Amino acid sequence: MSNAAAEALSAVLLVLVLGCAVVRPWGLPEAVVAVPAAAVAVATGAISLDHARAEAQQLGPVIGFLAAVLVLAQLCDEEGLFTACGGWMARAAGGSPYRLLGQVFVLASVITAVLSLDATIVLLTPVVFATSARLGARPKPHVYACTHLSNTASLLLPVSNLTNLLALAASGLSFTRFAALMVLPWLAAIGVEYVVLRRFFGTDLAAGANPTGTTERPPLPRFALATVGCTLAGFVVASLVGINPAWAAFAGAAVLAVRALIRRRTTPRALVRAAAVPFLAFVLALGIVVRALVDHGLGSALGHAVPGGTGFPALLALAALAALLANLINNLPAVLVLLPLTAPNGAGAVLAVLLGVNIGPNLTYAGSLATLLWRRIVRAHEAEVDLGEFTRLGAIAVPATLLVAVVALWLSLTVIGG
Amino acid sequence: MSRPGPPKQGGTNGAVRHVVAWIVEGTWPACVDAVRTHAPGDADIVLVHVPEPEVAGAAHGAFAGLLGRGRPARDPGLALSEQATASGEALLAEAAARLARPCTTRQRTGRVEREVVAESDGADLLVLARDGDRTHLGPHSLGPHSRFIVDHAPCAVLLVWPESAPAPDTIPPPPPPPAP
Repeated sequence: MSNAAAEALSAVLLVLVLGCAVVRPWGLPEAVVAVPAAAVAVATGAISLDHARAEAQQLGPVIGFLAAVLVLAQLCDEEGLFTACGGWMARAAGGSPYRLLGQVFVLASVITAVLSLDATIVLLTPVVFATSARLGARPKPHVYACTHLSNTASLLLPVSNLTNLLALAASGLSFTRFAALMVLPWLAAIGVEYVVLRRFFGTDLAAGANPTGTTERPPLPRFALATVGCTLAGFVVASLVGINPAWAAFAGAAVLAVRALIRRRTTPRALVRAAAVPFLAFVLALGIVVRALVDHGLGSALGHAVPGGTGFPALLALAALAALLANLINNLPAVLVLLPLTAPNGAGAVLAVLLGVNIGPNLTYAGSLATLLWRRIVRAHEAEVDLGEFTRLGAIAVPATLLVAVVALWLSLTVIGG
Repeated sequence: MSRPGPPKQGGTNGAVRHVVAWIVEGTWPACVDAVRTHAPGDADIVLVHVPEPEVAGAAHGAFAGLLGRGRPARDPGLALSEQATASGEALLAEAAARLARPCTTRQRTGRVEREVVAESDGADLLVLARDGDRTHLGPHSLGPHSRFIVDHAPCAVLLVWPESAPAPDTIPPPPPPPAP
């Protein structure tokens, strides 16, 4: 197959995969289109078998890691961790929306960092809403804080976001070195988000609250908390002795899974569902299709646009480019495209890309223009959601957060070294 | 061609027969107390609440941004929509209990400010609370929704301070006279 034909075919396949992932025709899982597309890319030679195998070998452990974290978060929810979080917030807020916002920031940041952004969006957000309702406070600042932090607070650990796991595999950084370099950008970005949200929602927060009834005290799931703590320690130890930290995540998930199975709180079927196998297949297939396109021209085309070096201006430009790409379609394909181009420039460049792809999606309420436009088309008949407010918030928060986070990353790289 | 009808405001002979109070988290007790004070004993009272659609919308959007996850049943926006309806009902029940008078509670869906204006169509009095900057007298004491409602209300409006009003000296001094 000629290079031009391979490039055209890869581009068509990528558009098809991403288009179907956004549109989800007939509600089919995204993998239903993505996996055959990857098979076509391999069968037609658009990607060589060697490259496909190399991509699968690189993505395999990432996907396993991701599955373990998804299961861990789901089992923590079933152990009552998120309900306990709600009880704690309601008690500690003492009827003040300002204090509730502070607690939402702490919990959403920690949960996103440790149990990934999926956990914050799917499991924590409903709890935060329920807590704000119990306090009689306006829910908007707290729910918006969850959605923003699921992106912004996913900078800290490789497990916080799939984009980070992909970058970890590509950059050659260790788990602990990644966390050490990202802790300052993480804190700085969260700090900026707090200042922006607190000012932006000043009216809603000042409206006060009228707590209803007594606040219950749900039992603290000590076993789940201890397991998560040991898993975190396991990440560090595994990283220090040179074992893949995914094993620590597996161990943590396995401990909670066995306990839940023995107590008949879950079933093997539910565990497999929690691992989201179609999603894992989608990520693998997407990786192969993107690799085919990067091999045949996209790499050299975008290569000119990707700034070299790791000085402050280069880091800022990389982060901005990554945020822009993430906002066009989604941050997952954006990071898959940018990683092979930036990895040769060193860890600093890869981490700058992560700042862009992780913080950038806050600009639009659905994470990207493609998803946003599609939702506007299919939901035209539904009660109209005013996008203006979310977009205004994003337009203030994203540039400010990104700039401060890049400064913090540059400082970290200067002090610790890339 | 029909000419615009006479103003509806004031009801029969200017008597207040139909009162609408907008119930919002945080500031609603002041509205209910104002209704108790100002609505005639025989007036029909409607307490209306409109959940902000952007709250569930933000959760829908965040889930949509997770590419490839499938499983739309896990969309937290669905849970939030249900929770918003339930918490709105609870809020209205609490407001009705504080009012301690016969009343109708109504929850509407849609754009908050437009739904409240629509509910007050045909009413004689709409009661709402200021919900902006409450430390100063002035236009900023109205948030965007209440600004719209006050500007567009098709009936008389009673605008209350959720707590005691700021002192008149919180008004900024007048601009200096133009130079001769």
